[in-house]
Amino acid sequence: MKIAATRPRFAAAPAVPSLPRLRAPLVFGALALLFAGLIGRSLYLQWIDYAFLQEQGSARHSRELEVPAHRGRIVDRFGEVLAVSTPVRSLWAFPDKFEASPEQMKDLARILETTPQRLAARLDAREDFAFVARQIAPETSERVMALRIKGLHDQTEYRRYYPGGDVMAQIIGFTGDKDAGQEGIELAQQPWLAGVPGSRRVIINRRFEAVEDVAAIRAPQAGRDLALAIDTRLQYLAFRELKAAVEANKARAGGMVILDVATGEILALANWPTYNPNRRDKVTPEKMRNRALTDIFEPGSTLKPFTIATALEVGKVRPDTVIQTGNGTLTIGPNTIHDAHPGGALTVEQVIQKSSNVGSAKIALSLPAQTMWQTFSNVGFGTTPKTGFPGEVSGRVRPAKTWKPIEQATMAYGHGISVNLVQLARAYTIFATDGELKPVTLLKTEGAVEGRPAISPATAAAVRHMLEMAVQPGGTAPKAQVVGYRVAGKTGTAHKLAGKGYAANKYVSSFVGFAPVSQPRLIVAVMIDEPSGGQYYGGSVAGPVFANVMGSALRLLGVPTDAPVNNVILPADAIEVREET
Amino acid sequence: MTRVNLVLLAVLVLCALSLVTSRHQARRLFVELERAQTEQRGYETEYGQLQLEQSTWGMPARVEKIAREQLHMQLPTAARTEVVPMPVPRTEGTR
Repeated sequence: MKIAATRPRFAAAPAVPSLPRLRAPLVFGALALLFAGLIGRSLYLQWIDYAFLQEQGSARHSRELEVPAHRGRIVDRFGEVLAVSTPVRSLWAFPDKFEASPEQMKDLARILETTPQRLAARLDAREDFAFVARQIAPETSERVMALRIKGLHDQTEYRRYYPGGDVMAQIIGFTGDKDAGQEGIELAQQPWLAGVPGSRRVIINRRFEAVEDVAAIRAPQAGRDLALAIDTRLQYLAFRELKAAVEANKARAGGMVILDVATGEILALANWPTYNPNRRDKVTPEKMRNRALTDIFEPGSTLKPFTIATALEVGKVRPDTVIQTGNGTLTIGPNTIHDAHPGGALTVEQVIQKSSNVGSAKIALSLPAQTMWQTFSNVGFGTTPKTGFPGEVSGRVRPAKTWKPIEQATMAYGHGISVNLVQLARAYTIFATDGELKPVTLLKTEGAVEGRPAISPATAAAVRHMLEMAVQPGGTAPKAQVVGYRVAGKTGTAHKLAGKGYAANKYVSSFVGFAPVSQPRLIVAVMIDEPSGGQYYGGSVAGPVFANVMGSALRLLGVPTDAPVNNVILPADAIEVREET
Repeated sequence: MTRVNLVLLAVLVLCALSLVTSRHQARRLFVELERAQTEQRGYETEYGQLQLEQSTWGMPARVEKIAREQLHMQLPTAARTEVVPMPVPRTEGTR
């Protein structure tokens, strides 16, 4: 039965309608086509649209962050900070997108210590972009941002501060936009000081916090600290005395350099006039100039020792050789050289002590021009002192071939040749040492530095003795004496060049000297430009400045005295020999 | 066979879960590191500001100004100073 019952079903099987012949391939084909479409699409996404999609994807969950890098600090030789960058904030807005309720404006004005009216003026809608406040303290900025004013943004900037202010403004210089060096050491050492900000890619969460580092794209490079040779205490001392001298003598300008004899380091470099680098809205370029390095002047008599040293070196004269200066005139062709205070017969030592023009000119004329030029060149005149300071000048020494006799004679006492103050101070290292010319540097160096021999130790000692005579009674600069120390130095009083000739009543007074003579430690060079307070002789204008600075500096450094403590002989009417100009 | 599969499944689930925890741990630590680094930068900034402050307060120009104006001190003139000869051991000479 069972079998019978099922049979009709078997029998019905052939009755199942057969499918149309093309149906299966058609369905299969359609499905295959759809699959092909999918595969094609995925290939397209994977290969062709890949970069775009990847970018979009990562944009939704990762960010590139800038990693800030500080600019290096500038410190003095003892690590005292002279320039440092610290973050500040600036608030800005697009005025047309800025919306604040009157209360918010009031709060904003209160926090920024201004008035709503002034703020409104700053946010003048005609401008595209406006700073609401520049370079304010981060705490202030946070209080402002807490007001949640629509359209107000803040950004971090770096501002450089100079605690030294006007005392050392010209050496350090300052930074400009984006904290990049613009003047002075800041400019010269830009690659060393500047930091390079880095960047990295991170994964962020929905609160925009970084949750994972993906890759460091660029590692930040922090700026390096820079130690200068400057001694802040000596710098201040030099600055204070220079300022006082310029004001007392009603001078136009002045400069001072203190050099360490052993290392050639510039321990102080002061300029007047000056400016405050922290507030320089109305500073003229005149005040920014580092005169001691970027200005040249005719040094006058401070150059005589080099003439004498050359003559001693080639054996033309000895310290006690007598030079006839006669009635104090020397005629060379159409020109005449004068000594206003004729000395008659002077020894070579006395030529320096009394600063005789005729004496030095006579000695110079006995020398070949090339030899003299060689000495000037050996002590660094005519070449930059290579401190790396921007704008330092080389001075001017013409080639010996072009020298006329009158020029050779005037160069003997420092006219017709120009130098800057640092060059002049550096040149005196040959007398302060055993004839070695030391390199000079603004950067801190460790230990004594080898110099280049320029003259023999014997010549150096002889000239050193003459320079010591010049500051003793009977010399041109008794006011340069220092209690407790033996000092040596030379005055200079030069007529200033004005147009084609020399101005009759405009002078540059200078003094270069070193101490203690038994073992020189410091060289101090002072230059006072156009003193017009009645006195203009180097011995009376620059000499006392030298004495004040040298005395205080040696005591400050704890240099042992090398003279009896009553060595200074300064009668009421100082026996000061008027120097020739 | 089934038992082995079940054990493997359990191991797989465990591994997956531990991956989730360690991943979470890593992110948490990273956030912490991030915060610490921000703090470090903050301290560095503060150090710079303190140094600046110290240097500003300690500048000889300011010290001298206060000494002169508020404390009425003066630099001794040459006439009012005496230099004493150096005894042994050495002491600082006055002006």
